[in-house]
Amino acid sequence: MAEVILKPTSKFELTIEAEVITPDNFAGKNAQEIGKLLVWEGAQQLPLSNFFEVKGNGGSSAQDTTIVIDGNVPRVKRIGEAMTAGRILVKGSTGMHVGAFMQGGEILVEGNSDSWPGMEMKGGLLHIKGNSLDHVGSAYRGSWKGMTGGRIVIDGNAGNQVGGGISGGEIVIGGDVANFCGTRINGGLIVVKGNAIRTVGAEMTGGTIVVGGRIEKFTPGFQQTATESNLKFNDIECPGEFKKFAGDYAIPQKGKGVLYVSAENNEDL
Amino acid sequence: MAGTIAIKNGYVFDPLNEINGERMDIFIRNGKVVTELSAAELKDAKEIDASGKTVMPGGVDSHSHVAGAKVNVGRMMRPEDHYKFYQKKTPITHSGCGYSVPSVYLGGYEYSKMGYTTVFEAAVPPMEARHTHEEMRATPMLDMGGYLVLGNNWFLMRYLKEGDIEKAAAYISWMMRTHKTYGIKCVNPAGVENWGWGENVHALDQANIHFEVTPEDIIKGLAELNEMLGFSMPVHLHANNLGHPGCWEITRDSLKIPKNIKARPKDHNVEWAETKVNPRRHESVYLTHCQFNAFGGTSWRDFESGVKGITDYVNSHDHVVMDSGCVPFGDATVMTGDGPAIHDLYVLTGNKWSNTDVECECGSGVLPFTYLKNNPVHSVQWAMGLEVLLYVKDAWKSIMTTDSPNGGPFIKYPQIIAWLMSNKARQDAFNECHKWAADRSGLAAETREMTLNEIAIVTRANAARTIGLSHSKGTLGVGADGDVAIYDLDPVKLEVSDYESIIRAFENAAYTIKGGEVVSQKGEIVGIPEKKTYYSDIAVNADEEKKMIEDVKNWFKYYTIGFSNYPTPDKYLANPTPIKIDAEV
Repeated sequence: MAEVILKPTSKFELTIEAEVITPDNFAGKNAQEIGKLLVWEGAQQLPLSNFFEVKGNGGSSAQDTTIVIDGNVPRVKRIGEAMTAGRILVKGSTGMHVGAFMQGGEILVEGNSDSWPGMEMKGGLLHIKGNSLDHVGSAYRGSWKGMTGGRIVIDGNAGNQVGGGISGGEIVIGGDVANFCGTRINGGLIVVKGNAIRTVGAEMTGGTIVVGGRIEKFTPGFQQTATESNLKFNDIECPGEFKKFAGDYAIPQKGKGVLYVSAENNEDL
Repeated sequence: MAGTIAIKNGYVFDPLNEINGERMDIFIRNGKVVTELSAAELKDAKEIDASGKTVMPGGVDSHSHVAGAKVNVGRMMRPEDHYKFYQKKTPITHSGCGYSVPSVYLGGYEYSKMGYTTVFEAAVPPMEARHTHEEMRATPMLDMGGYLVLGNNWFLMRYLKEGDIEKAAAYISWMMRTHKTYGIKCVNPAGVENWGWGENVHALDQANIHFEVTPEDIIKGLAELNEMLGFSMPVHLHANNLGHPGCWEITRDSLKIPKNIKARPKDHNVEWAETKVNPRRHESVYLTHCQFNAFGGTSWRDFESGVKGITDYVNSHDHVVMDSGCVPFGDATVMTGDGPAIHDLYVLTGNKWSNTDVECECGSGVLPFTYLKNNPVHSVQWAMGLEVLLYVKDAWKSIMTTDSPNGGPFIKYPQIIAWLMSNKARQDAFNECHKWAADRSGLAAETREMTLNEIAIVTRANAARTIGLSHSKGTLGVGADGDVAIYDLDPVKLEVSDYESIIRAFENAAYTIKGGEVVSQKGEIVGIPEKKTYYSDIAVNADEEKKMIEDVKNWFKYYTIGFSNYPTPDKYLANPTPIKIDAEV
């Protein structure tokens, strides 16, 4: 497995659009060629080597290529966009759109992520060890076609609109989420181990949402159908007792979505 | 010399001159087609070797939604339409984005790349005319004009009810000059006004609320007024009940209404290019996006094509011309002056939507829509759009459109041309889409394959003739505008089963020439030409106009804008080009 190490050397006074940082683009290129790949900084295109010191060569294929970003890059956007295979390890925090449109392979972010991680993702694994801002795995603004496959794991907290409009794939949030988690989904699985504020599953027409903590303001339009214990979705386990709801009956009026809420933390429901 | 060019040895298709693939040269001097260039002129002129290529007049789209308030609502409500379809700027072009609702710049460039040089905006609400002109002025590459939406106008409904035809005529002529628009558009007559009260009309003899006029009154009234005033184009009709199963019958019955009205276009300041075919329209009604008006069945369950009911009527009558409103599958943005139709689509799809009531004039609505091959209804609509064009025996009665972006964006025209020219292309599409396409339409059994000459008719010659522009557009006759499209398609070697080559050729014209200048070449914009904006300048009896203006001022208390801010001044138009008309009133 070939390893390419990108060491940030810029102050990133402007954010950069770095969708070229994928194993697919790096495969078959040596360090010098990789450094010549162009990224947008404001209105101009500049070589990647203006921003990173590049060490190591890409492998023969995306599958054989690992990219290590050795530092904090919260102002570098679109890392791993649409990648199909290989690995990216970020030893710090990333900017917006990490792993957007991702189709395969694996991205591990040791720090935090800005908004839109895994936007409209189709496959692969995106793991963020810290927290994330808004729109995890969701659809682009204006669209309701979010993530369709793959898995996103956020160990910490996430912001608003987690999994907005997803129709497949799995999102696991280790901590809390803010508003509009799982709004408009019609498939897929969202597991939130911590708390949520409000509008969980609003307008959902399919898919499954699990909230292990407390929902501050429960969404009207859901009806309890059962109580279940110790949920298991393949390798994702949710211990404890859960109230099972069907919904959203309010606007789409279909009730084909499933919402599990921790019984212990939501006694009033 | 600017605008002077010699196009040598191409296979020329100029249906208005009955030139059908003849190998010949086309000469343009100072932006106009001429018989020949002198030796001295030839020395300076640009020369294009078009041997082995197809040469047609520049494309003319007589019905497209490209400018104005509702197009802009489409842009604003659809960020997701923009982020995957964009173009960078070049030294001479602006950047732009938008797939089904492109920015004005991108829209102009994309049309030009396909060989189009003239596009008419299909619906201009009077109050939004200024906005529409601002966008048309900013749209590069194209000569343009717009149709004024008058089918639910308070003043006209009142005059029609009172039988005051003279005032109605004075009003229309004044409105055309005031808003610098070209023709009369009639959308869901009487129904959009009812939508202000949450209702619609569903029959031609159903009177609407308050004004108590029926769709039949309005269609008949506007068609008569259109000929009384001598417009270059027939009244442009979007029939009632659009988009509802079974609507084909009301559409056919609507077409019967203007049957005995004689076309009398009376423009008098234009010089006509030489043509062999009579370039004047003889139709008294131009039906738009027939496919959406031709739904059969009684519900979505027994939905089927009702196209044949309409094309049978069109084939046996000569007062109707229509455009198709094809559905090429994929993303679209539905936008129309038919507010209630958009609400019905919202109920059906649950998509985001927008609706507007344009005060005393009309309404509109916008909704994103995706036509899916595996959806039974959508796949029938795909077949229906092609049926419209293939079932009409005389190509001079039909025009190819997608009602862009309603059936799909105009950039899909090359794909539609391929389906029209190649039965194999259609059969391959049948294999990919829902079986209803074959079961609920007659398209699978239709073996007609359009010739390049027929394509030239439905994509330029007839569009120009229908709207009265064949004095300068849609033909390469001497005196016509030097607008030419050269496609990399050799008619002698053409195998229509290789339909991908047809799509490629029409997607990016080898050359698009406007006013004798090459403006785009193989998909690249190489020149930004001057552009014109057409409108109808109709002279009527001054006394009648004075009396009518009193009425308008009196009812202007119902408007939210001041009377003096109502008109669109000339400065909002790029090269305003009035078509002067002497009305009979």
